[in-house]
Amino acid sequence: MRLPMRGSNVQTRLRTELISQLVRKDLKVKYQGSSLGFIWSLANPMILLAVYSFVFAFVFPNAMPHFGLFLMSGILIWNFFTMAVSGAAASILGNAGLVKKVPFPHSALPLASIGFAGVQVALQYLVLIAALFIFKMPPFRPHLLLLIPALVVAMTLTLGLGLFTAASTVQLRDTQHILEVVLFAWFWITPIIYSAKMVNTQIAKAGFTFAGHGLLSWSYYLNPMAGVVVAFQRALYGVVFYPGCGPTSTSNIPGSLGCTHELLLPSDSVFFYIKALGIGFAVALVVLVAGVRKFRRLSADFAQDL
Amino acid sequence: MSENTGEVLGENLSGNTSENLGEVLIEAHGVSKRFASYHRRATSLKERLVRHEQTEADVFWALRGVDLQVRRGETVGLIGPNGSGKSTLLKVLCGILRPNDGDVSVIGRVSSLLELGAGFDGELTGRENIYLNAALLGVPRSETDRLFDEIVEFSELGEFIEFPVKHYSSGMYVRLGFSVAVHIDPDILIIDEVLAVGDAAFQKKCLDRIADFQKRGKAILFVSHSAGLVEQLCNRAVLLSHGQVVFDGRPGEAVAQLNHVLGVDQVESERGDLATVTEMNILDPISREAIDEFQCGASVLVQGVIDWSEPLPAGAKLSLHLTSPADEDPIIEIEPLWHFVPPGEIGPGQSRFEWVIDALPDLPGDFALNLAVHTQDTLIAHGRIGGVRLLGATRRTIGGALTLQASSSPEPPPSDMPNALPPRTGSR
Repeated sequence: MRLPMRGSNVQTRLRTELISQLVRKDLKVKYQGSSLGFIWSLANPMILLAVYSFVFAFVFPNAMPHFGLFLMSGILIWNFFTMAVSGAAASILGNAGLVKKVPFPHSALPLASIGFAGVQVALQYLVLIAALFIFKMPPFRPHLLLLIPALVVAMTLTLGLGLFTAASTVQLRDTQHILEVVLFAWFWITPIIYSAKMVNTQIAKAGFTFAGHGLLSWSYYLNPMAGVVVAFQRALYGVVFYPGCGPTSTSNIPGSLGCTHELLLPSDSVFFYIKALGIGFAVALVVLVAGVRKFRRLSADFAQDL
Repeated sequence: MSENTGEVLGENLSGNTSENLGEVLIEAHGVSKRFASYHRRATSLKERLVRHEQTEADVFWALRGVDLQVRRGETVGLIGPNGSGKSTLLKVLCGILRPNDGDVSVIGRVSSLLELGAGFDGELTGRENIYLNAALLGVPRSETDRLFDEIVEFSELGEFIEFPVKHYSSGMYVRLGFSVAVHIDPDILIIDEVLAVGDAAFQKKCLDRIADFQKRGKAILFVSHSAGLVEQLCNRAVLLSHGQVVFDGRPGEAVAQLNHVLGVDQVESERGDLATVTEMNILDPISREAIDEFQCGASVLVQGVIDWSEPLPAGAKLSLHLTSPADEDPIIEIEPLWHFVPPGEIGPGQSRFEWVIDALPDLPGDFALNLAVHTQDTLIAHGRIGGVRLLGATRRTIGGALTLQASSSPEPPPSDMPNALPPRTGSR
C-alpha cells in the first residue's frame, strides 16, 4: 500500500531486511550486558540435557537408551514453536509505540519474533547434534531428510498461529493467558517426553480393535506438532527399536526393563512419518490461512486499537 | 527561522507558482476517521462477555470528510487548534490509521517523523538505530550503507553514534530522527511537530534541508503550531477545525483564519448561561487604538465586556492569562486576579473591565489571551483572542507558569452598565 510503484519482489526483499533488522535488535537486546552473551542460548539445552539424562537414567529408569537425547530431539522443536508463538502473540502489543507512530508492514513484527526463536533454537540443535556425536549416534542417515517436511509443517503452523495470536491479542488481551494454558496442555498431548508408540499401544489396549482403530491412531496426528516431533525423533534420535527387542537382535534379554513392545518410535517406515506430517500439514495449512486472514483483517486498525 | 533561510525559501516559493503544478502525490478524498471512546472498548474477555453492545454515543469523529491534495514540489502546512485532527490526518495519510470513510492514495516513498524517537530502540546504539529506522521506512540495507556517513554527519552526533540512544537528549533524538528521515530520499516528507525540540542551529540546518527538498520538487506536509514557520516555509496551508478543512490556501490567510478560529469564543457554563464574554480587545493604553503587533516589554490595555444574564454568585473571580495558541494551559498568569465579586453587585446586563499590562513579558512567540470568569470550581464564561504575537530579539523558554503584573484602571461604568464592578486591585 505504501510502495505501490515497487515490484512485489522488491517489497519482499525489503520486508526480509526489516525482519532481519528486528531479529538482530531482539538478539542484541536480549544479550545486552551479559558477558557470556549468546553462550547462554547454548548453556540452556546443555543443562536440560544433563538434568533429563540424570533424572530419567537414575530416578525414573527408562528402557529408552539415552533418554535425554530422545527428549531433546523433540523438545527443541517444541521450544521453537512455543517461543515463536508466544513471542509473536506479544509482538504487536509489545511494539505499540512503533505501530502507532511509524508506518511499516506490521507482519514484520510477529515474523521477527518467529525468526528470533528460530535463531536460538537452531543454536540449541547444534548442541544436540554435538551431543549425538559424543554418544556415538551421529544422525547422518537418509532419514535426516525428514527434517525438511517436518520443518515445513512446523513453520506453517507457527506462522499461522503466530499471526493469529498476534492479531487477536490486540483485540483481546486475554489471548496471551489463554495461549499459555493451551500451550501447556498441548505440550502434554504431544509425544515429547513419551513416545508416540505408547499412545498407539494404549489405544489398542483400550479395546479399539474395530475397524476405526487405525483411523483413531492416525487422528492423533491431527495435532501437527505430533507429526513434527516424531519426525524429529526419527531423524535425529533415530533409535526405532528398544535395544534387544528389534528384529535384528537374535535374543530377547529377559527381564529387560520396558521390553514389552519392540518398537520405540511409532514406526520403522519412512512413509508413516510422511503420512503423519501430511495430516499435520493439512491442519497447519488451515491454521495458516485463518491466521493470515485474521491478521490482514485486523492489522489496518492496530494503531487505533492499541 | 533566521532571515537567511527566509530568503532562500522566498526565492524558491516565487519560482514555484501554480503554473508548474506537479503531479499529485497525496490525494485524500472525503476522509473521515472515527474513534470509539477508550473506556467503551472491551479489551478483556470479561468485558466482552459482560458487555456485548458497543454504544454509538461515545463515538468521536476526529476527521470529517477531509479532502486534500498535495502535489510534487508543494510544502503544505497543517494548522489548527489542539484536537482539530491534524495528527490524525497525518497518520491516515501515512497509512498508520485506516480511514472509516473516504479514499487515500499516496504515490512514492514516504518518510514520516511523527514523534520524537519513534522507531528507535533505546537499547540500541545510534548506528544500529539508523539501520533499524531505515529498514522500517523501507530503505534497502545497501542504500543505508551508502548514506550512513552522511546521516551521521548531518546529525552532528559524532562519537555518540556508538552510544545506546537511551542516553541521548531529546535534541539528539530529533537530530538523529530528522537526519534519517531526510536522507533516505523520500518523495514525500511528513513531519509532525517535532522540530521545535532541536536547538536553533540545528533547526536552521533542518530548514535549509527542507528548502533543498522544495527545490528538488519533493512534497512536504507538516504540522506546526508556529504561525511564523508556516508562513515562512509553506506555499500552502490547510486549516483544520473540528476535523474539517476550514481553509485551504495561502499561508498568511490560513494563519489569520486560525486566529479567527482561536478567537473570541464562548464556553458555556455547566450551570446555565450565567455570563458570556462578548468582546475582548487589546488596545494601546494611550491612543486606545487596537494593536495587532506587540513588542515585548510594551504596555497594553486589555478590555473585556461581559454580558451577565443573572446575578452572579458570591465568590466569582475574573482572571486573565496568556496561553500558547492552541493550548489551555496558562503560560503566564496576569495579576491581579479579581477576587470574590460581592453578591448582588453584579446583576443582569453588560459590564466592561479593563486591565493595563505595564510590560508584556520578554517571551517572543505566539500566544492567546484568555479571560475567564469562574467560581470556586466552575468555569462560567471564557473568552480568548488568538494571534497575540510578541515580537522580540531573543527567544527564550520558561519552565512553569509566569506571573505578570498588571495595574487595573477600571473605566467608570457608563450609566447603562450600572453593575460594573470596580475591580479590587489585588496585586500581591
